[in-house]
Amino acid sequence: MAAPNTPAAKTERLLNLTMSLLSSRIPVPKQRIRRMVEAYQLVESDEAFDRMFERDKEDLRAMGIPLVTEDIGIFEDEQGYRIDQREYALPPVELAADERAVVGLASRAWAHATMAGTAATAWRKVAASDEVGEDPFAGLEPQLGGAEPAFEPLKDAVLTGTSVRFDYARPGTDGAVPRRVEPWYLTAWHGRWYLVGHDLDREATRVFRLSRITSAVTVTRDPISVAIPDDVDPVRMIAAIDGREPSQSPAVLRVRTDAGHWLRRRADRVEPIDDQWDRVHLQHSGLHGFASEIASHGPDVVVEEPTELRDAVVDHLRAVVDVHEGSLR
Amino acid sequence: MSRPSVESATSRVQRLLTMVPWLVSRQGIEIEEAAAGLGITEQQLVADLDLLFMCGYGQMPDEMIEASYEGGRIFVTNADAIARPLRLSVDEAISLIVGLRSLAASGAGESSAVERALAKLEEATGSIPGMERVVVVEDDTQVGQTTAVLRDALAAARRVHLTYVVPSRDERTERDVDPMRLAHVEGHWYLEGWCHRAQDVRLFRVDRIEQVEVLDEASTPPEGVARRDLSAGAYQQGAADVPVTLRLRPAAHWVAEYYPVTSRTTSGEDLVVTLPTSNEGFLRRLVLRLGGSAVISGPVELRESVATQAAEALAAYSSP
Repeated sequence: MAAPNTPAAKTERLLNLTMSLLSSRIPVPKQRIRRMVEAYQLVESDEAFDRMFERDKEDLRAMGIPLVTEDIGIFEDEQGYRIDQREYALPPVELAADERAVVGLASRAWAHATMAGTAATAWRKVAASDEVGEDPFAGLEPQLGGAEPAFEPLKDAVLTGTSVRFDYARPGTDGAVPRRVEPWYLTAWHGRWYLVGHDLDREATRVFRLSRITSAVTVTRDPISVAIPDDVDPVRMIAAIDGREPSQSPAVLRVRTDAGHWLRRRADRVEPIDDQWDRVHLQHSGLHGFASEIASHGPDVVVEEPTELRDAVVDHLRAVVDVHEGSLR
Repeated sequence: MSRPSVESATSRVQRLLTMVPWLVSRQGIEIEEAAAGLGITEQQLVADLDLLFMCGYGQMPDEMIEASYEGGRIFVTNADAIARPLRLSVDEAISLIVGLRSLAASGAGESSAVERALAKLEEATGSIPGMERVVVVEDDTQVGQTTAVLRDALAAARRVHLTYVVPSRDERTERDVDPMRLAHVEGHWYLEGWCHRAQDVRLFRVDRIEQVEVLDEASTPPEGVARRDLSAGAYQQGAADVPVTLRLRPAAHWVAEYYPVTSRTTSGEDLVVTLPTSNEGFLRRLVLRLGGSAVISGPVELRESVATQAAEALAAYSSP
């Protein structure tokens, strides 16, 4: 037996207690447990044993082990303890080969160190009784992100429905501002995690990118006070703040035949003008970002419509000429 | 995987309760393989087995776990009480279920297998309140389809033919590639593979693959070619690079974060950086895109070429 009062001794004691209670089909009275587990026998006073046993029971329950207390005395109210094997054990998850492959792959999706460790444990449990097969996805390395430190506490807060506090840096502003939020949805979109919730100070629905949270997240004990409205669409809200909203504004460009490949890829329609130029019809989203993209092509792409896009590109190019003044011969 | 240097008794108990069923189903596994599969050191594994040997559902010898590792092979018997793993914790269930949802969203896993596996797992874990509010979304279906084709090619070890567009160089090329892996970095999927055209390992961003065709030829990347370390991102620096000096206004400071600059100094609110590049076209496009918030200080030929291109582009708007 390991030296008393060491983590190893406690590990041994908790394992022995777990196994003893799992192997018994009927509730076991405390005095009998004391005789079954060696470490308990070595405790001299009843009080010390009682304290140790109480702590151990709490530890097992905190681990998720379903330890139950039942009355066993017929005439007196004596109590017994039991861990029901059916409640304890993970039911066998009978996975076909292709299903097992995707679950294995899913368990490697996390970039976050803690979640990666948790997923590896979960995979070992689910695949405990499976043959070690060849991994059909060797070479496939998904990354689910979640590497932001804020992920874990926010995940807990979303699951338990409790409000949170953190400092948040909005893009384009200096410094971070404290925010109090009732979390509704934790959403991964294009490899990044976002929190959608009710901002308690602004009294409105807000989206937060986890990578912009600059402080530790404090999970309060305050339950959510504002119910999630039915019409909240987290994806739409995230898309709106992160500039990947669906393209909507039409534009017509003149593009040299051997250029503008990325523009052509998104085109609704490409029609030839002559052997040097094509006319490309496409949809775009932000005016400014699209003007930059067009400017990057230099003389290979010319805006035909609309006028405001044409003007934005002209301004953009003029700025480039201005800052490089003195370079032209 | 690293663990805290001092593992608490309760964490160790949880780890052992997962480890025993795993080992019980793999009798005779070698220590090295088991340690790798369990994500611990061989030393830790041996210490764990020594501890398990002291445990049982009673104190009689026939009530104790038999754990041995003589000759480097592990046998764990007489552990019926804990031969099945403990149910998944909420976090464990989430890690797999959200992981599967991300596969379903990205198109990386065969979709019917993902759906079936999700259903079975959700049945085994029972319902978890709030679970439906941890969501993974991917709305780019074309990327999903391309990823699925590449995943099949990878699994079948087949060569692929790509039509690939590089926006930063405005280039469209066709190449045969032997896939090595698919990786997800900073929100994008990449195919890494041996490119027959470049005769080198290349990364291809999946959303820039215009067309993919799985060929009949087997994928045969040369032996010993190394995968790239993607932990610092996907941008690759070339060998024959020319240093370009850029002055960045605040609106263009992101360039210094996004590309691997080799020097940076501040000048008022501007940043002055050196960005080595082998492709002048790439840099010219970048500066034209930045619309005056980046200025090329040198080399002077590049500075002139950018100014000329911008002026030519403007000329197209002044003619009637």
